[in-house]
Amino acid sequence: MRLPPRKGVTPMADITAVPGGVATDHGHAHGTNTGMSNEKVAMWAFLGSECLLFGALISTYLLYRGKSVSGPTPHKIYDIPYTSVSSFVLLMSSLTMVLALAAIQRGDSRRLRVWLLATALLGATFISGQVYEFTSFIREGLTIKTNLFGSSFFVLTGFHGVHVTLGIVMLLSLWNLSLRGKLPQEKAEVVEIAGLYWHFVDVVWIVIFTVVYLIPTK
Amino acid sequence: MSAHQTSDVMHSDNPVAEGHHPSESQYIVIAAILAVLTAIEVALSYLKVGGSQGITNGALLVLAAIKFTMVAMFFMHLRFDKPVVRRLFVGGLVLAICVYIAYLLTLGVFVK
Repeated sequence: MRLPPRKGVTPMADITAVPGGVATDHGHAHGTNTGMSNEKVAMWAFLGSECLLFGALISTYLLYRGKSVSGPTPHKIYDIPYTSVSSFVLLMSSLTMVLALAAIQRGDSRRLRVWLLATALLGATFISGQVYEFTSFIREGLTIKTNLFGSSFFVLTGFHGVHVTLGIVMLLSLWNLSLRGKLPQEKAEVVEIAGLYWHFVDVVWIVIFTVVYLIPTK
Repeated sequence: MSAHQTSDVMHSDNPVAEGHHPSESQYIVIAAILAVLTAIEVALSYLKVGGSQGITNGALLVLAAIKFTMVAMFFMHLRFDKPVVRRLFVGGLVLAICVYIAYLLTLGVFVK
């Protein structure tokens, strides 16, 4: 049954034909109840759900903290100065990401590419550092199967590393799109959404760095 | 469409034009503050504030919370965006904190 249109309400099918030539894009902010694009709202909802995922992994680490019956234990193998440098690198990648967004918002494609590449390189440096750290831990006898600390540590930091790696793939894809001229100023929100994901992996690392590395085990 | 109408559309619908995002120099200042806070955290981890590991741990968690908030507010633009995104993200975050604190308390993690 088709309901008659209510007084004063423009049917959705007619929105694109508003007099005055205002082009309205149904896929973006203009056609949504929130006044924001569905993609951006979806990314924020996804990040909210990611809080629960990383919350579970951090809680598991805390639960098993100091309960290993055999070594190696955290205080024997952590290299705090080394991890601090890695953390600083990831923190600075958030700065380059936000500078990339500022560049596309003012229509500067060249700087956008520079900052996107810088962010991807900083992310790759962080991941290389993590690979080196994992390798040195394994060499010292700590694997995912050695003890409770090894299991919870590798699962938590490994999951985070996978997130960073996916972020690097996103950044390089955006860089490639921009290089081919397919990322104009009007599509700045694509960079903003990728940036939200990137900043999220940074804030998760802020928590992991403090809880896992800096607060010593009892 | 007149220039005035164009301006109205920009201000009401464009999320970029909506909030007043920080300038590039402000972003650099924020990153510098974050770097200094990280350096303080690392220094604290080698010391014991007031001779107590508990106070040191508390200080480290407060510093981490400040860094988390700064990145979310300024780099993720949570401070300048619409309230709906704040509700989505903070809702997930608060739910996660409550659920996992209850979980860890139930399993006696904070009991000495």
